[in-house]
Amino acid sequence: MSTETATGLVAVVVVTIATLVIGTWGLRFSRTTSDFFVASRSVRPALNASAIGGEYLSAASFLGVAGLVLTFGADMLWYPIGWTAGYLLLLALVAAPLRRSGAYTLPDFAEARLGSRGVRATCSMMVVAIGWLYLLPQFHGAGITLRAAIGAPIWLGPVIVGAVVLANVSSGGMRSITFVQAFQYWLKLTALLLPAAVLLIVWAGDGAPGSRMPADPGWSVPLASGGSEGLYLTYSLIVATFLGTMGLPHVVVRFYTNPDGRAARRTTLFVLVLLGVFYLLPPVYGALGRVYAEELAAAGRSDVLVLELPRLMVPGLGGELLAGLVVAGAFAAFLSTSSGLVIAVSGVLSQDVTGKLLRARNVTGVAVFRTSAAVAVAVPLAVALALPNVGVARAVGLAFAVAASTFCPLLLLGIWWRGLTDVGAVSGLVAGGLGSGAGVVWTLADGSASGWPGILLVQPAAWSVPLAFAVMVGVSRLTASRVPPHTRRFMVRLHTPEALELDRG
Amino acid sequence: MTEGPRPERVRVTGPPRRHLPRTRTGDIDDQTRLGSVYLGSLMREQLRLALRTVGVLMLTVGSLPLAFHVAPRLSDVHLVGVPLAWVLLGGLVYPLLVLLGWRYVRRAERNERDFADLMSEVDR
Repeated sequence: MSTETATGLVAVVVVTIATLVIGTWGLRFSRTTSDFFVASRSVRPALNASAIGGEYLSAASFLGVAGLVLTFGADMLWYPIGWTAGYLLLLALVAAPLRRSGAYTLPDFAEARLGSRGVRATCSMMVVAIGWLYLLPQFHGAGITLRAAIGAPIWLGPVIVGAVVLANVSSGGMRSITFVQAFQYWLKLTALLLPAAVLLIVWAGDGAPGSRMPADPGWSVPLASGGSEGLYLTYSLIVATFLGTMGLPHVVVRFYTNPDGRAARRTTLFVLVLLGVFYLLPPVYGALGRVYAEELAAAGRSDVLVLELPRLMVPGLGGELLAGLVVAGAFAAFLSTSSGLVIAVSGVLSQDVTGKLLRARNVTGVAVFRTSAAVAVAVPLAVALALPNVGVARAVGLAFAVAASTFCPLLLLGIWWRGLTDVGAVSGLVAGGLGSGAGVVWTLADGSASGWPGILLVQPAAWSVPLAFAVMVGVSRLTASRVPPHTRRFMVRLHTPEALELDRG
Repeated sequence: MTEGPRPERVRVTGPPRRHLPRTRTGDIDDQTRLGSVYLGSLMREQLRLALRTVGVLMLTVGSLPLAFHVAPRLSDVHLVGVPLAWVLLGGLVYPLLVLLGWRYVRRAERNERDFADLMSEVDR
């Protein structure tokens, strides 16, 4: 075995064992079903923010951004900006009311707000769809990472990640996952920061090549190419990422683990800081890759840039160690994001699907959760093994577009507008879901991005989000008699500080 | 002293008060029009604050693509050897986001404190 595969293998094994050990240690604190689902709602902001950061920084952030920047240039910087700014919008418009709603999942929120089982069922389907769409690129990223690190066959990474996530989620639930994910944020940050610092020193030692070159036209322009079409693509990406974050199921579940609305706000602010620090790093790899590893982009292997750059720039053992560290970080990224998604999807499945089937046979809550977790892992794993060629960041981008076109209008109108009705909500969800879903089908079927129809489908958010809002408001107005009678009481619950003694319904 | 039957005890009370002191939270609980006004003012204040925050975000970060579209020569500008787009999008955006978030949290908590103070006052 060469040193190359040895460091990669050691890195993967160490991260896997650390994840399982911390998960088991957290198990000592997990006793009740409430621990499983929401860590009994008692996680402090600093720990919770690290966990959110750890969960949120996925394969797309760790590998995808640097690769996209290498291939396409500065317009790809909008991805990390959007993923961070999404938390600012979440903070300003959603965080505290969502926590105060007292619901656990998005379907819970929808049902409590609108008092309708139909809305709940629609939301449950959307959560599972978005969660699976987002899990695909995680499994895919795990495949290419293991192949690049230890030359493993492409199916091995998804299988390992699926198995570890399943073991962790079903043994400890939310409480132990909180510790695991907090650890994984700091691991990911270290795994990008340390090599980046070394690589920058090497670059400066080489006489800073590339810094005085005449800028490649296009590579330093923060716009997609193609005049007004490029402007549309960029703004549509901004809409999708800024508004999509609040609608991601694994992000939303995390808010219920805060003790109260005020803590939810402080946690979110903390998350902004952690993400801002992290996202300074991937562009550094992209820019250095431009100087040292341009052939990766030409070969269509830009997703492995972060993994290969240390070895290309630092010869010998030093480079191997740095490469091992990066592999460890990447693996942590797949594990943590997949865990969060599996928790969210299995939470919905166990409440709305398997729970109904199994509870009839006297199966306990925790066992139902474990069964659902197995289903939540198995389906996207099978798809990932069948379709191994989905671009990591692109697929995540689509999940954001769907979330922005469905749950974003539901949350914003549900929290701030008393006139929302169940019929309006379902119509808006269907309109936004079909619009953005058409984009997903088009992209997964490898549709072209040329000409206006193609462009509109590749990046649908700029029209599908306003469409969903318009339908939701319009239909709600037409069915104004169906505004739920408890709406005002619910608004009291969403917006007033918990310390006040009020009847919250 | 004659031993007659004792007179019955008479409870001495004041006239019933016309106004019981009433907290404003009661108005919200009973869903009076006044309670609705209180709640509406809190929601409006918080929504206005949120929209202001989003507005500043759109005017600063959100206007960058348009600026580079309208004035393509911006991409030739360099700050200490680094293209302007990279300085802005790869670095300065993040402190701005944190600053906006910090300002929002402070003001949102102040709005809630003001509301709690208003509720604890007693109407006479």
